[in-house]
Amino acid sequence: MNIHEYQAKEIFGHYGIRVHAGKVVRTAGEAGDAAQALGGRMVIKAQVHAGGRGKAGGIKLADTWEEAREKADGILGLTIKGIPVRKVFVTPAAEIGHEYYLGAILDREARLPMMMVSREGGIDIEEVAAKTPEKIHKLHFDPYHGLRSFQARELAHTIEPDGRKALAIAGVLVKLSQAFLGVHATLAEINPLVELQAGGFLALDAKINLDDSAVAMRSDLEALRDPDMRDDKQDKAREFGLSFIPLEGNIGCVVNGAGLAMATMDLVKHFGGDPANFLDIGGSSSPEKVVTALEIITADPRVQAILFNIFGGITRCDHVAEGIVTALRETKIDLPIVVRLTGTNAERGRKILEESGAAIFAATMEEAVQEAIRQAGLNDKGKRT
Amino acid sequence: MSILIDEKTRVLVQGITGRDGSFHARGMRDYGTQVVGGVTPGKGGTQVDGIPVYNTVAGCVKETGADASVIYVRAPFAPDAILEAAHAGINLVVAISEGVPALEMARVMQEVTALGTRVIGPNSPGLISPGKCKIGIMPGSIHMPGKIGVVSRSGTLTYEMVWQLTTHDLGQSTAIGIGGDPIIGTRFLDVLRLFKDDPDTDGVVLLGEIGGSAEEEAAAYISQEMHKPAVAFIAGRTAPPGKRMGHAGAIISRGQGTADEKIRALEKAGIPVARIPSEVGPLMQEALCSSGLR
Repeated sequence: MNIHEYQAKEIFGHYGIRVHAGKVVRTAGEAGDAAQALGGRMVIKAQVHAGGRGKAGGIKLADTWEEAREKADGILGLTIKGIPVRKVFVTPAAEIGHEYYLGAILDREARLPMMMVSREGGIDIEEVAAKTPEKIHKLHFDPYHGLRSFQARELAHTIEPDGRKALAIAGVLVKLSQAFLGVHATLAEINPLVELQAGGFLALDAKINLDDSAVAMRSDLEALRDPDMRDDKQDKAREFGLSFIPLEGNIGCVVNGAGLAMATMDLVKHFGGDPANFLDIGGSSSPEKVVTALEIITADPRVQAILFNIFGGITRCDHVAEGIVTALRETKIDLPIVVRLTGTNAERGRKILEESGAAIFAATMEEAVQEAIRQAGLNDKGKRT
Repeated sequence: MSILIDEKTRVLVQGITGRDGSFHARGMRDYGTQVVGGVTPGKGGTQVDGIPVYNTVAGCVKETGADASVIYVRAPFAPDAILEAAHAGINLVVAISEGVPALEMARVMQEVTALGTRVIGPNSPGLISPGKCKIGIMPGSIHMPGKIGVVSRSGTLTYEMVWQLTTHDLGQSTAIGIGGDPIIGTRFLDVLRLFKDDPDTDGVVLLGEIGGSAEEEAAAYISQEMHKPAVAFIAGRTAPPGKRMGHAGAIISRGQGTADEKIRALEKAGIPVARIPSEVGPLMQEALCSSGLR
C-alpha cells in the first residue's frame, strides 16, 4: 500500500528523523491560512500516489501566503497520472546544500533488508542508478535490529568525506532502518536528504510503501489508507477476498489464481483482444465470490464479453457455476459468457451451466480466449448497428 | 526417482483441524501420501479421520517419526508454525499459508537457515512427486509419473502447465510451486540444483512471472551449470507497471522485473520460451529430442 509524503514524514518524525512541519489541507483558502500560520517561504506539494509530481506541476514555491493560496488553487485542479489532486501539503521551504539519497528496501535474493545510499540524490536518482550504479552503495541489515551504528558509519563515509557530517548522516540511516522495520515497509526512502545551511540534516521528501500483508494484520497501518485514493470496486473485491485491477479493454476476465490470471490476460492480448481487468477469485471459492466478481465486472460499461478461466484445485468448478447462475438470476447480465472449467468437479459445474443455458463452453484456455474475443466483437458490432 | 519427497516421506499437517487443513489432509492421504499425524495446539489427543492430532510438532515427531510438515494455519500464525517445525527437527516445511508479511519471512528464514531446515513457500501450492507423494493442494489426477521436473512461482498456472505436459505424454518427476511471495524459502535456483542432480529428471519446465530477478538468475544457471533441456513460460507480459498482480511478488517496480527482460535473458541463455501455454509440451518434446533423450 502506498501512503502520502506527509504520512511518511510523520512516521520518520516519530523515529527521530528531522522533517519540516507542515499542514495537509484540501482547499486553497486553507492553504493560505496554513502558509500564514507557518510564516516565510512555502512549498506547496500535491499529495497523490504518483511519482513525478514535480515534473507534473504538483510542487510549487510560494513567497507569500497569498501566493501560497494561488498556487494551491492551481495544484488542487490538477490530475497527475490519472489521479485528481485532493490534498496539498504546505511546508516551509528550506535553504539547502547538498542532496543525498537514502533508501531501504527488502532484497528478495538475499532475503534481507538492504540500505542504499548515494551522494547523487535528487530527482534524477533513477538515472544515476541506471547509468552509474557504482555511485549507489548498498549494505544488508539485520531484520530484527536494523542497521548497526558501525554499518551506518561505514555507509555514511561512502557518500560524505567530512567526518562530522558523515556521523550525522549515519544517525539518520539507523533511524531510517528502524522506521522501515517498524512499519513493515517494502520501501522507505528519503530523497533528498539535505544539509541545511543553518546546519543539520533534513528529510526534504519522504516515501514509504507498506507491505499489504502487514497492513491486513495491523489496524495502525490500515488507518493510513487514504479514503480519497480508494477505489470502490477494488475495496469491494478485497472485502470478498478477490484481487481486482481495472484495465482498459473490453473482455472481462474471471480467473482463479494470480499466475493463471496473468497468463489469461497475456493470451487475450496474444490473440488480438484487450482484457478489461485482472481478477483473481483466489482459492477456496464460494458462489458468493463469483457473484461479486460478476457485479464488479459488469459495472464497467466497456465490457462486451466475459471470460471465465477456471482450473479447479481448491476452487470447485461447481461453486463457480452456481455463482454464475445465481448472478444471472439476481441481475440481468446482457453479455456473452464464455466458460472454461477444468479440474475439481468440472463435470458437475458444466451440468449446472448447461441446465441454465447461461454460458458458452470452451474445452481449453486458448479456445475460451478466442471465443471470448469473437463474442466481444459480435456484441460490440450488434450494439452499434 | 524424484526430488525432496517420495513414497517414504512421512508427513504431518499443521493446522489439521481447520477447514483447509482437514480437507487437504484427506486429499493427500487419498493420493497415497503417508500422512502420519497432525498438530493443532490445544486439540491434542483428538483425531481427524483417523489421523492422530498432537498439541506440538515436537510431540508429533516423537510419536510418528514425521520428517516433513505442511502448514495450513492462517497467515498471522504461519511464521511461528514454520519455526516450530524447524526447531522440532523437521527437514522439509511446506507453507501453504497466504499473506505472510515479507519482513516476517526474512526473519524466519534467518533462523530456519541456521537450523538447516528447507522451507517451501509461503503462498505455495505445495509439491508432488506423481504416483509417490503429494504435499499440498494441487489436484493429483492431472499429474503423471515421468521425467520432467516442473518449478513454478504460481499455483493454478502450474496445474495448467502440468496438464499440458500430461496431455503430451510428458510425465513429471516432481512438480514444485515455490510460492508467489517476494521472500520465499526455496528459490528457482535451489530447485534447479536438485533437478540437476536427480538422475530421473531429464528436462525442466520453469514457470516464472513478473517481479524480481529470479528468472534471470535461473537462466544463467541452466545454461552454465545444469546442462539439461529446459523450457520456460513467463506470465504477466501485458501487466501494467506498478500494479500488484495478485501475488505479492508479482509487481513491476521502476521498470525492473518485466516479462520482456526475463524472456530476453532466458532466450539469450538458449532456453526456449513458450509464448502461449500450449507451446510448452511441444517445445519440451523438441528440446528432449535434440538432446537425444527422446
